Amino acid sequence: MSNKLLEVIDLKGYWWTPTGYVKAVDNVSLSLDKNEIVGIVGESGCGKTTLAKLITGIVEPPLYVMGGKVIIEGINIFEIPGKELRKNVSGKLISIVPQSSMNALNPTRKIIDFIKDVVEEHSPGKYSEEEIVKMSTERFEEVGLDKSVLDMYPFELSGGMKQRAVIAISTLLNPKILIADEPTSALDVSTQKAILKLLLRLREHLNISILFITHDIATVRQIADRIIVMYAGKIVEERPTEELIFDPHHPYTKGLMSSVLTPDPDIRKRKISGLPGAPPDLRNPPPGCRFAPRCKYKMDICLEKEPPLVSYGDHSRIACWLYEKKERGEST
Amino acid sequence: MTFLEVKNLTKVYETGFFKSKPIVAVDNVSFTVNEGEIVSLVGESGSGKTTTARIILRLLNPTKGEITLNGESIWNIPRREYWKMVQGVFQDPYSSFNPTPFYKVDRLLRMPFKLLGTKPDIETISHALLSIGLDPKDVLGKYPHELSGGQRQRILIARCLIVKPKLLLADEPTSMLDASTRATVLNLLKNLKKEMKMSIIFITHDIGQAFYISDRMIVMYKGKIVEQGPVEKVIFEPEHPYTKRLVKDVPKLYEKWEDLYIESK
Repeated sequence: MSNKLLEVIDLKGYWWTPTGYVKAVDNVSLSLDKNEIVGIVGESGCGKTTLAKLITGIVEPPLYVMGGKVIIEGINIFEIPGKELRKNVSGKLISIVPQSSMNALNPTRKIIDFIKDVVEEHSPGKYSEEEIVKMSTERFEEVGLDKSVLDMYPFELSGGMKQRAVIAISTLLNPKILIADEPTSALDVSTQKAILKLLLRLREHLNISILFITHDIATVRQIADRIIVMYAGKIVEERPTEELIFDPHHPYTKGLMSSVLTPDPDIRKRKISGLPGAPPDLRNPPPGCRFAPRCKYKMDICLEKEPPLVSYGDHSRIACWLYEKKERGEST
Repeated sequence: MTFLEVKNLTKVYETGFFKSKPIVAVDNVSFTVNEGEIVSLVGESGSGKTTTARIILRLLNPTKGEITLNGESIWNIPRREYWKMVQGVFQDPYSSFNPTPFYKVDRLLRMPFKLLGTKPDIETISHALLSIGLDPKDVLGKYPHELSGGQRQRILIARCLIVKPKLLLADEPTSMLDASTRATVLNLLKNLKKEMKMSIIFITHDIGQAFYISDRMIVMYKGKIVEQGPVEKVIFEPEHPYTKRLVKDVPKLYEKWEDLYIESK
């Protein structure tokens, strides 16, 4: 194996519903290298949170893995039995900061008691209470929280403090991969910036790799080395961050970026159009490109045949018929 | 022409058994809204922007202060008459629909007619829906859960359009929407101002949206107004340190924060 820490190959994760399977993650492949921050961007319903769930390996009905592999350090995690997964993989190799991490803490227990529960769940009998307190104190200081926070209840903390606490707890057992699912979306801008700074510091000090999942392209561009854009359960484009931001190729990426409103002087002068229409029903996606019904560049082939995700260079992939020929010409 | 005037508005919430911990949610706030003007109220969570809106909508009583509409105190106007002139759209469109899933969207769209005291007429409803870019065929006869977030939010705006208020309070109307659908709602609000001369108070924590949509901007921090003025002035020449920080900390698409990397080491 190369220095790929995490490899996702042709992953399919479907949600069961009485009216059919929702193909939330459909044939997704990606990789994460050591010490890398990769951003996954997409709108609600594009499958990014489902993808995060699948990568942690804790898949519960009505979500089913319909194919593909998630390989961490050479092992397909779907082949590891549930109990062993919780003991040896979750928290130690891979850890997740869940989307509503505001509610991830137990409201009836002090933070330190909650941490003891978590550590006991993942490493029963391995650490004594003093060791847990010592570890937590150190990690809390690392994320910028005073050790007195350990003796508080979640309701005593502000949103930003809770998010820091959850990040500290998720990284307590020194995982190699951290999946952060919308870690900044419920926070005020200044707190958001502080959390981004914290994630960068963790990468620096703990050598952690981060999969940063968000709907906010302006936030993720600040810290990601490369960005993967998802639409309707599929990857549509992947590029190194600066390239993607200054020269997006896929029509969806372009649309997504043109609807970002930042206080730039020229924004007020033009009319932001957004994207017309809505994402497809993933129980029954359209036969061709899933973005075609909303795409202003669509051609006949787009409605009939699905564009393949073509690689054309270092971490550069695109699934669009517009670029298919051009890029293939370049690569051969 | 000044349409709404808010003067020295204060709201104190008392908590605890013996009224021990007063929380000043809105602290001596004064501002005006002109006819046909979009004013945005910007601030982080807990800054008192929603409380201010709820008082203006007469859903809450203030502890102190005066609010006048065309020079008349709003507490002297009968509620029904007041709500014909002032309407609100809220953050979570779901919370405005009946929680029981048995009522169709139609019922919600017929409700404004009760307020107006006229008979529901399908033409007005269709017209309102079309003007916000919804095809009546797509939404009428459906249940709220069958609609997308953007559709639900636009239906609530359509309901306001039937009433034709003079003042609309839009409290984070786009926070549940995706970036691509958000633009539709913002453009819609801009059109309302232009075509119907509607005054709009747009409440948000997102400086980018406030900048795009509004004429004037009011920045609130811990219940107080720290800065107000024309949008361009507040954004590009902020005076208060809080506004300065707020503008600086908004992530920009085409600008990378180099300080983030230096400070993280």
